[in-house]
Amino acid sequence: MYMKNKIPNITGKVFVYLMLTILFVVTFFPFWNIFVLSLNEAGDSLRGGIMLWPRHFTFESYITVFHNEEIFAAAKVTILRTLTGVPLTLLNIALLAYGLSKKSMPGRKPLTLFFIFTMYFSGGLIPSYMVIKSLHLTDNFWVFILPGLVNVFWMLLVRTYMEGLPPELEESARLDGANDLLIFLRIVLPLCIPVLATITLFSAINHWNSWYDSYIYTNKKQLVTLSAVLVRILNQYQTGNMLSDAQQLAAGAKRIPVSSETIRMTVTVVATLPIIIVYPFLQKYFIKGMMIGAIKG
Amino acid sequence: MGNFWSSLFHSKFVGLRWFEFFFSGQDFIRVMRNTLASSALTLTIGFLVPIFIAILLNECKNLSFKKLVQTSSYLPYFVSWVIASNIIVTLLSSNGAINQLLMDLGITRESILFLQEGKYFWWVIAASNTWKDMGYNAIIYLAAISAINPELFESASVDGAGRLRQIWNILLPAIKPTMVILLILNVGNLLNTGFDQYFLLGNSMTRDFSDVIDTYSFRYGIQNNMYSYATAVGLFKSAVAFILVITVNRIAKKFETSHLF
Repeated sequence: MYMKNKIPNITGKVFVYLMLTILFVVTFFPFWNIFVLSLNEAGDSLRGGIMLWPRHFTFESYITVFHNEEIFAAAKVTILRTLTGVPLTLLNIALLAYGLSKKSMPGRKPLTLFFIFTMYFSGGLIPSYMVIKSLHLTDNFWVFILPGLVNVFWMLLVRTYMEGLPPELEESARLDGANDLLIFLRIVLPLCIPVLATITLFSAINHWNSWYDSYIYTNKKQLVTLSAVLVRILNQYQTGNMLSDAQQLAAGAKRIPVSSETIRMTVTVVATLPIIIVYPFLQKYFIKGMMIGAIKG
Repeated sequence: MGNFWSSLFHSKFVGLRWFEFFFSGQDFIRVMRNTLASSALTLTIGFLVPIFIAILLNECKNLSFKKLVQTSSYLPYFVSWVIASNIIVTLLSSNGAINQLLMDLGITRESILFLQEGKYFWWVIAASNTWKDMGYNAIIYLAAISAINPELFESASVDGAGRLRQIWNILLPAIKPTMVILLILNVGNLLNTGFDQYFLLGNSMTRDFSDVIDTYSFRYGIQNNMYSYATAVGLFKSAVAFILVITVNRIAKKFETSHLF
């Protein structure tokens, strides 16, 4: 093990630790800063200078956010689409991957190519919009679920995994009289749990984070997702409030505990929270998923 | 579906009118410039930083510290651009942490308006892209480094080569094939800039620098209802990006077979 070789050079060691500390700060501090700002009084935040700790601590924005019906409804839709979308996506991907993993399947090659083509080429924004519209999916909850039912990249991950399963298992089950569906449900699916777990995580995060479909395809208030709310708040901030910092500072003298700014921070924190919660699982599975992907190229 | 067939067969054929309209206008040059410039910046910075991070992590012998840094380093990768943009906008605002830091260090006296002045925009995009992906991208290099035969380093240190020398003469050449492949693949995605970060970080003040093909097509299509024009613009991008990716994948495959295995 070359690892045992101590770095003789002290400056080198200091440099390595210094740079890694900077890396840690650069990636972690932004999240911490948002968290701190969400806990600070709005009027006071405008004076700036809040880095590591709140200056005037308050829970006010969290209370406001959790009492806000719009945000509450958005969280509900987001949870609902995640709970509906993930199992359906998983089932579709697994079924399709199983079919495409079978060498005996007629038209396997052209079908696979057909799916892969969609990874590299899309008609673009407007044609997608036209299709969604002519399918009457606009302002419909299912616009969140149906277009994403098959993610080709994930499907290929599952297919590759299935191709690696020992064929003897299926053969012996077939000898015992099991049909395709039974083999799929009883033998293939349980064996694929590691790769399916990876995809469950990816899919859940995708659903939780998505805003684009809600933003373009829906107008109904009940169909605004949490991230779409966040996009709207960000847009308002970018267009309206950006130049009026001075005015806000003047207003800040009045001691306002909550503003659209702290609401923005708070919703950001709330939207980040689930990612943090599943983070340990993500770490465990995503490297594996990435390596399978790397082999597939 | 009746609407579908009638629109398919009874639409007026206009030839390449919308493409001509796009190519002859001023917008084409501006939008292509923004796409390529911000992409090239991202490509350069986003390519070098993960290699640097992987080498640093490999040199770190304190495992719990290494784990802490690595865990934090790919946190940004897993949050959406919506969350990331909210964070970036906050940090870069005139009373945000970055301006505070710059003023405390005496680098600037007044707040720099990073997101209101167009000249910063490409750098903001490149930095944001790198911030988000660097930890994740470093993993590939870490895997490549761990595949190097340790004996190479041992015999080098027996011969009296310092750590820096070993990195330069053994480590870097060993991960060079990985670097080349990833660089080639990134070039293939030069036009696929992504939509979210430009849409969310850009605003009307920086439009001249933040408008890329995707946001341009979005604005004309969804916001101005110029469906035909926006489709033409989008199709142009899809086609060119497709050709680029396919060509580059071919080249990468050739490299893979001749240099890696």
